[in-house]
Amino acid sequence: MRYLVLLKGKPMNEPPPAALMEAIAALGVEATRSGALLDTAGLMPRAAGARLTLIGGELDITDGPFTEAKELVSYALWEVRGPDDAVAWTRRFLAAHQEHWPAWEGEADVVKVMGPEGIG
Amino acid sequence: MTTPPAGAEGARRAVEAVWRMEAGRLIAGLARLTGDLGLAEELAQDALVAALEHWPATGVPPNPGGWLMTTAKRRAIDLHRHRDMSERKLHLLADDRQPPSPADLAAASADDHVGDDLLRLIFTACHPALSTESRVALVLKCLAGLSTAEIARAFLVSEPTIAQRIVRAKKTLSARQIAFEMPRAGDIAARRGSVLEVVYLIFNEGYAATAGEDWMRPELCAEATRLGRVLVALMPADAEVGGLLALMELQASRLPARTDAEGNPVLLAEQDRRRWDRLLLRRGLAELDRVRALDAPAGPYVVQAEIAACHARATSVGETRWDQIAAWYAILGHLWPSPVVELNRAIAVGMADGPAAGLALLDELTGSGRLAGYPQLRAARAEMLTRLGRPADARTEYERAAALSKNDRERQLFFSRALAVPD
Repeated sequence: MRYLVLLKGKPMNEPPPAALMEAIAALGVEATRSGALLDTAGLMPRAAGARLTLIGGELDITDGPFTEAKELVSYALWEVRGPDDAVAWTRRFLAAHQEHWPAWEGEADVVKVMGPEGIG
Repeated sequence: MTTPPAGAEGARRAVEAVWRMEAGRLIAGLARLTGDLGLAEELAQDALVAALEHWPATGVPPNPGGWLMTTAKRRAIDLHRHRDMSERKLHLLADDRQPPSPADLAAASADDHVGDDLLRLIFTACHPALSTESRVALVLKCLAGLSTAEIARAFLVSEPTIAQRIVRAKKTLSARQIAFEMPRAGDIAARRGSVLEVVYLIFNEGYAATAGEDWMRPELCAEATRLGRVLVALMPADAEVGGLLALMELQASRLPARTDAEGNPVLLAEQDRRRWDRLLLRRGLAELDRVRALDAPAGPYVVQAEIAACHARATSVGETRWDQIAAWYAILGHLWPSPVVELNRAIAVGMADGPAAGLALLDELTGSGRLAGYPQLRAARAEMLTRLGRPADARTEYERAAALSKNDRERQLFFSRALAVPD
């Protein structure tokens, strides 16, 4: 089963510590070699993006920046046996933040991607 | 505040997820320390039981792999003290009765040996002295971290049956004194073949379930594909290892289109190709590109991946390069002589050069009697006969195919095809 994990975090004033980046890279290599991680990448701050809306028949396009309490930080696409495995991997990424960047706060949403096994 | 899903149940699921993540490396590391795969698997199971006892109260430790390894090693020392271990070759075990220090945990999780250990684990679990079904069970248990119950469910056999296969495998490894080590250089190619065979067998059991009600079991395909990715990470220079991975990614990309809303099979020609999994398809093609760049002579798995890639690149049956597929099947027939390969070549020739050419090749096969019990040969003849405007003969062949099939869904498919032959 495939899961999309979207990581969001409190906007920080300093770049992530090198030790965190190193831990994330090592974890990424391990997860890829295990066959579970299909794709992942960091995301630029929303200032560089845009938002399209369709409300009441009106299609609108707004360029950034947007003020958000939490910025999207990264996405990861997992191919694992079920939600518990996606959670277990994601937990390790958050634990790396906890260890190497104590001031950081954030959240990760684990979302199932529709697949041949059907909706459910 | 949130609580984990359903308390103890949630904690158990969390432990099992960590287990699946760590089992391979844990068992491989323990097997290196003890020189005994069977013992390593038992020690790892004991550590899992300990985790199930402790973690629900303490939470999952920061380094779960290290915790499991330290616990398993301690268990090994206890066993050594309390049981006659004379036949077991326990060596290299550090005496660490004290609670694990952070340094212990760091050492236990050190990555130095992981790749080599996993390779030894794979080659030992797929040792030719073991029966194929034992190899499959051992790989899924030790490398993929599946429980006996999960393996039993996936293969539609009873749990004691799988447990017996694993016990038998361990006995054979021990009786034959098969060491936990890499094959000798001269044996690598043959032993590698045994590994790939096991992984592809797991994939195919999922892709074309040989028995039972379901036409396929996608979770087994996913398991085999993950194992394939592990193998490629361990043996990146081996073209056949990459060929198998590319083949599985490409075949798995068709899974979403292989059944209709009712779960009935949909054959390649009728599949809605927009439903193919684009991500797996791209991964398969990319892996095949990587393999081609290795510039190694094409082996059977690479050739099969090339054939799957011909289908993957075509937006419809009509646009498929059937001439290329027929040529690849001719190569495959030399590398891996098999009547099934001949059957597939005949089908490709039928598409490239017309049904009469295809039927001529099929008739040779039928005449040889080599695929007498194989429903797909009958179905292929039926297809050519339909296109040649011989509806009565076509219907008879579809009915023969249905009579030969052991899969309920497939039998239904052949019957409905017989009905759909135009007059």
